[in-house]
Amino acid sequence: MGLIEKFLSLLESAHWGVHPHDHKRPAADAPLRTLPLPARLYVPLQQHIGAAARPVVLVGQTVLKGQLLAEAQGATSAAIHAPTSGKVKAIGEITAPHPSGLALPAVTIESDGDDRWAHGCDPDAAVDPFSLPPHEVAQRVAAAGVVGLGGATFPSALKLGLGLRAKIHTLILNGGECEPYLSCDDRLMRDCAAEIVDGIRIMLHATGARKALVGIEDNKPEAIAAMSAAAQGFPEVAVKAVPARYPMGSEKHLFSELTGMEVPADGRTTDLGALVHNVGTAWAVHQALRKGRPLVERIVTVNGGMIDAPGNVRVPVGTLVEEVLAFVGMKNEIARLVMGGPMMGNLLPHARVPVVKGTSGILALTPAEAAGFESGPCIRCSSCVRACPVGLLPLEMSARIAAGDLNGAVDLGLKDCIACGCCAFVCPSHIPLVQFFNHAKGELAAQGRAQLRAESTKRLAAARTERIEREAREKAAAAARRKAERDAAKAAAAKLAQEASQQEPAPTEAVS
Amino acid sequence: MSAEFSTLTAPQVPLASPHAHAGGGVSAVMLKVMLALVPATLFGFWLYGWPAVHLWLITLLFSVFGEAFALRLMGRHALPALKDGSALLTGWLLALSLPPWAPWWIGALGGLFATIVAKQIFGGLGQNLFNPAMVARVALLISFPVPMTQWIAPLPLGSAGAPDFLQGLQITLTGMDTWPQLDAVASASLLGHAKTELSRGIDLLRSLVGEQAPAMSYVGLRAGSLGETAAWLIAGGGIALILMGVISWHIPVAMLAGIALPALASHAADPARYLDAAAHLLSGGAMLGAFFIATDYVTSPNTRLGQLLFGFGCGLLTWTIRTWGGYPEGVAFAVLLMNALTPAIDRLVKPRIYGRDRKGKPIEPPESP
Amino acid sequence: MLAAILSLTLLGILFGFGLGVAAKKFHVEADARVAEIEALMPGSNCGQCGFPGCAGAAAAISAGDATVTICPPGGKALATALAAKLGVELDLSGVSDEGPKIASIAEEICIGCCRCIKECPTDAIVGAAKQIHAVLREACTGCGNCIDRCPTEAVKMMPVPVTLQHWVWPKPQIEPSWA
Repeated sequence: MGLIEKFLSLLESAHWGVHPHDHKRPAADAPLRTLPLPARLYVPLQQHIGAAARPVVLVGQTVLKGQLLAEAQGATSAAIHAPTSGKVKAIGEITAPHPSGLALPAVTIESDGDDRWAHGCDPDAAVDPFSLPPHEVAQRVAAAGVVGLGGATFPSALKLGLGLRAKIHTLILNGGECEPYLSCDDRLMRDCAAEIVDGIRIMLHATGARKALVGIEDNKPEAIAAMSAAAQGFPEVAVKAVPARYPMGSEKHLFSELTGMEVPADGRTTDLGALVHNVGTAWAVHQALRKGRPLVERIVTVNGGMIDAPGNVRVPVGTLVEEVLAFVGMKNEIARLVMGGPMMGNLLPHARVPVVKGTSGILALTPAEAAGFESGPCIRCSSCVRACPVGLLPLEMSARIAAGDLNGAVDLGLKDCIACGCCAFVCPSHIPLVQFFNHAKGELAAQGRAQLRAESTKRLAAARTERIEREAREKAAAAARRKAERDAAKAAAAKLAQEASQQEPAPTEAVS
Repeated sequence: MSAEFSTLTAPQVPLASPHAHAGGGVSAVMLKVMLALVPATLFGFWLYGWPAVHLWLITLLFSVFGEAFALRLMGRHALPALKDGSALLTGWLLALSLPPWAPWWIGALGGLFATIVAKQIFGGLGQNLFNPAMVARVALLISFPVPMTQWIAPLPLGSAGAPDFLQGLQITLTGMDTWPQLDAVASASLLGHAKTELSRGIDLLRSLVGEQAPAMSYVGLRAGSLGETAAWLIAGGGIALILMGVISWHIPVAMLAGIALPALASHAADPARYLDAAAHLLSGGAMLGAFFIATDYVTSPNTRLGQLLFGFGCGLLTWTIRTWGGYPEGVAFAVLLMNALTPAIDRLVKPRIYGRDRKGKPIEPPESP
Repeated sequence: MLAAILSLTLLGILFGFGLGVAAKKFHVEADARVAEIEALMPGSNCGQCGFPGCAGAAAAISAGDATVTICPPGGKALATALAAKLGVELDLSGVSDEGPKIASIAEEICIGCCRCIKECPTDAIVGAAKQIHAVLREACTGCGNCIDRCPTEAVKMMPVPVTLQHWVWPKPQIEPSWA
């Protein structure tokens, strides 16, 4: 069995993923620019995976940059801060940077142009993070509203706390940036390597991990050099080059590449003693702890064939995409506007959507760059099977879903799909495989919600029936009691009358 | 501001990622396969002259016609489906497996049968269980054994006695029996010759001499179908397809191994009764089958291990049919039999999912150091 | 001849025994099926199906007197689950595809008569006499029983608003010939 197993893994190993043209340069090599302060910012209250934050400001109130706008609500929520100084114009809704075009609650801030930091967002006021106990560091990270900047936007403080509880020994920093077109992490590592390494050391302190591995794809030699130089004096931080292959930046795949271990399907990397964070998150932790600055801006890659001057831009959270596009300039006629990378990014309904904490890139793709819409029948070429980094059978899963057999797709491993898009990227028939999987996952989640709802309905109906029965019982009991009392009274009266006729009158019993 | 971006439009329905594509489509794949067939086909044209060209053309024409006819019958537009090139490729592969001087109706019936019965009745591209070209070939072989087994010796274009364009047309349209010098050119393929002689009690050591010496076959100058003679050119085209990433190496290598291993063993045991491995690999449809027929996407398994099993099965069955079966050649039967097993292979052989064992259970986390 | 008779008899006995064992082993109580179906039903006993409560509907579905699409509050999800349970072909053409609906009360028309409150099978309407009533979104099953009770026509069925958390990717629209 051992030999067969070895042969099989040899047959399957080192084949996962795809090698798309990365389109990273020249955007990655262009110097970092800063967006001129927009007149209005639309700060969504939900820029993280959990529930929307609850606003703590009032319309008309004056706020300073970094001031708390909304506080976290529930376990996986995160605080939202003012990206600039100005006045709260409205607390309403803005179109989400999401293909559905649905709305998100948002705070509109009219900039006063001063961009003045709030009291406390001051490097001089910051205390040495290494003098703080680890949980205090996590609290400050939470207070700064830091979320995972790789795109998942999971609150970072929660992950740090999880790391502390799970007794992790290795911190893995994801500098893979395997998505084509994107170079925001690359640029950050080149320009702010020292700050990232400092952030990494703070995170090591916060989690109790002994060492940190920074995984960077080997198509970013400048970033590898800069990070290696910055990590020179710190033996606990090691920079590792990993082969450029999509999706190397997937948490579990980077982990496997760096450690040689495999994460169980029902587990997390923390079960194996490792915690994965994005390099941008390390930078945000540095900003929060060393400078007292909450996460109110980020580096966004603006790229694609329709952009005049592609590159990386520092953008305050809440800036409209159209302002960023106007800043870099663009040619006419856009085929597709995408937020994030081309492989997993979201199609934007229009350009009047805000930049959020998880926005790594804004792409304006030409028709030639974007995948075509026309799809044909599956020819079972099994390109998708070869490309799938998880080892699924995308063609079989999509056929099940197309036929409405969602549970069949689940049996084939739909829940293990990471929606990386490799299958649809290579499909010669241009079948929208990822959309099939997204649809099925959403439909199954909706069915789960419906199931929960049905159960609660049943409880409510049972409770009502019980209540009605109880009331009826009580009514009947009361009626019976009254009747008994009446009978008793009648009997007593009769007895009394009888007795009266015989002797003297007796005192009457009170009827309640 | 907004006027400047008035052209920012999104498609009506939300489209999921990815917003990029590796490029290429079904038609590009088919085109590459056809390009890989060109050298061997041209060599065959040169070797067998004009009748081969006419038959090839007719087969392709009727394949495409059959596809279009079936699509129209179902009330669908024929042009988009024809553009993928799959019908053309099916016709081409079928033409390469026919005797080059076969009459026109062999090619026409075969082309129609391949696309209408073997492909469109199953639901069209991607739905057929069996390789359409091989279904048609087997149907022809069983229905019309005589024209399907009449081979001719090489008669290169321009050589003395080779039919010119019109004579070629006459052969294709009226049958090779009308060709006056038929006796001079009629021949048998190596596998057929070996089988016939064995059945007459003449062993291979005595039968495979002269024109039928295996050495003649190796360079391709021998009787056979278009896709048989130039085994090296077919293999070259196949290797080019592997290098281009159109097909993977698993099926061809496994199938050739499936033929060669038993041939090696049996030939070593009794060279008078069993053909050697080289003769097996370079004759009949071995190369065409391994690189172009068995690798058909639709009818072969999806996983690497499944493809290895499938290929080896094709090879083994081919050798078995050739050695002990009633027909001298077995590639078509072998591929069809394995096609029937493909759904079973795909059901049983699945890739291992990340974080799970082969049974689908989550793996045990290793002890952390 | 004798061997053939003997072997056939033996085979007959063998298969008969097998069938008997299988019938015992895999025996399904009809009542168990009704209970299972009832467990899937919404349980609000709203009566829209025309049967006396969810138990009655479950019995009717089990007996084949009612289709799996009979329950409006259960919608497509329930029909799919029932079809899977019973192993029947699902015809969703009769099921409205407008998505789930819940009751909503127009505040300016409501006179606070409490009639709808008494009717609601899941206690999803709150309010008191002479007070404006309101519908609890999470508790309303959309059975619609309250609509007819309202003397001022203040109760209307409104589609449940779609939010980002509940949005589901539409199924790709592809050529049906190969879907």
